[in-house]
Amino acid sequence: MSFISRGFQRRQAPAAPSDRVPPGQYVTRDFPVLSAGPTPRIGLDEWRLELVGALDQPRSWSWQEFTALTAEDITVDIHCVTKWSKLDSAWTGVPVDALLDGVEASAAFVVAHSYGGYTTNLPLDDLTGGKAWVAYRYDGEPLEPEHGGPARLLVPHLYFWKSAKWLRALELRQDDGPGFWEGYGYHNYGDPWREQRYSGD
Amino acid sequence: MARTAILRRLTWTVGKVIARVDETARVRSLTIDVPGWTGHLPGQHLDVRLTAEDGYQAQRSYSIATPGDGSHVTITVERLDDGEASPYLTDVLVVGDQIELRGPIGGYFVWEPGRGGPLLLVAGGSGIAPLMAMLRSRVAAPSDVAVRLLCSWRSAADVIYADELDAIAATAEGVSITHTLTQSAPDGWTGRRGRYDRKALSQLAWPREQEPLTYVCGPTGFVEAVASVLVELGHDPGRILTERFGPTGG
Amino acid sequence: MTDETHFDGNALGGLLDEVFGREMTDALACCATCESVHAIGAMLVYRGAGDVMRCPTCQNVVMVAVTIRDRARIFSAMRWLQPGPG
Repeated sequence: MSFISRGFQRRQAPAAPSDRVPPGQYVTRDFPVLSAGPTPRIGLDEWRLELVGALDQPRSWSWQEFTALTAEDITVDIHCVTKWSKLDSAWTGVPVDALLDGVEASAAFVVAHSYGGYTTNLPLDDLTGGKAWVAYRYDGEPLEPEHGGPARLLVPHLYFWKSAKWLRALELRQDDGPGFWEGYGYHNYGDPWREQRYSGD
Repeated sequence: MARTAILRRLTWTVGKVIARVDETARVRSLTIDVPGWTGHLPGQHLDVRLTAEDGYQAQRSYSIATPGDGSHVTITVERLDDGEASPYLTDVLVVGDQIELRGPIGGYFVWEPGRGGPLLLVAGGSGIAPLMAMLRSRVAAPSDVAVRLLCSWRSAADVIYADELDAIAATAEGVSITHTLTQSAPDGWTGRRGRYDRKALSQLAWPREQEPLTYVCGPTGFVEAVASVLVELGHDPGRILTERFGPTGG
Repeated sequence: MTDETHFDGNALGGLLDEVFGREMTDALACCATCESVHAIGAMLVYRGAGDVMRCPTCQNVVMVAVTIRDRARIFSAMRWLQPGPG
């Protein structure tokens, strides 16, 4: 039996119904900052969001154009592969469906590209049908750089490494290919409800 | 056939807390007796692993604040408001409790008198812990390596090891200690205020011609600001060693 | 404003000792991208899903440490790695 530290317990977790907490997760009120590299600082005048790859016409939005799109206020639970879950987090963002509206794509897969070089890959299906947003406000305020501002991808039904911070582009592709963490042994899909943390899970 | 575990150099072991000292309102030093401890160098750290009854684990690293002392190691822990491990170590652990740890760890951010000097030690808050092991080692040695210790604190109430540092400054030859307060100073404070910026370091650091060996420890922002100023002032980056404690509040 | 959330190679001292069976923070590593040489203890470490070690000269990745089902795994992007004298 391994050593137990007398009187040690995790920080008091807010009560949460178990049907909202995926297996192996614990609930936190914090919003831990995790990153694979330095925080990029992008001025809003140079910021662009691009839709590129296997589609008829690439698209690009400036910050003004992007924030003029109809955005939604949403409250979602988010689940990090490092085992914390944060319930009822409040965001404002443009649905990815809106960005793809009218796009003719011969693609089943997407790679999300971040300023600073981070990437993550997802099936196109997981970004559509009301499942994903490009978020630029969190908890009523402009999204802070440490949490991915000016804008990040938000895909709450997958582990949060798929919600690429500092989003720069969505690249549509016919073939799947691993992004940053997927290339280092993390699961290609990442469903927290099936505890798909690592490749082979 | 039973498989024997391959003997590893670094293994988790259980020590016992034998002393607890309140350094400040938020900071405690814990002395731990570790059976089988084979010694350590100033600057090394240990990893502590805390396990709850439900199996939840948290692991943190703490610098050893004392030079080698048989089977005793002392860590100095600051209670972080939103911390998970630090409040346990500062407020729950008592003398007699056991604690799981492994060490000593570190081969880069280490100093012993044989490495020479002159020595510049720059501490941001609780970053003083590994530097205190170095200073205590220098004082206990016999060693005549000249030392300048620069400490940065938010306020006078935050000064760790205050009495011991005053005593060392008063009695140890070739050791000078400077404190600066960055957020608030008590009435009558005649010491420094403000950060160790270029102007302050140009006055307080060893001249670059003396080719000092420099150790900087504390929050990441502090360490990088100090190291980059020293490089700007012409110090050899290869003789500036750094240990970043990551982000800290305030 | 600088980034202040990262650590350095000292923070991976225990994990690397576990993987390599010896102290590694004083190992010298040559970055595969820019070929500058730094002690592992001087490398920058960003903590995400796993730990990403980056060259302080060029910021490119030199190592990634992940723990998969309780087993540590190291990916390396170094031109060379030379452990310390020990």
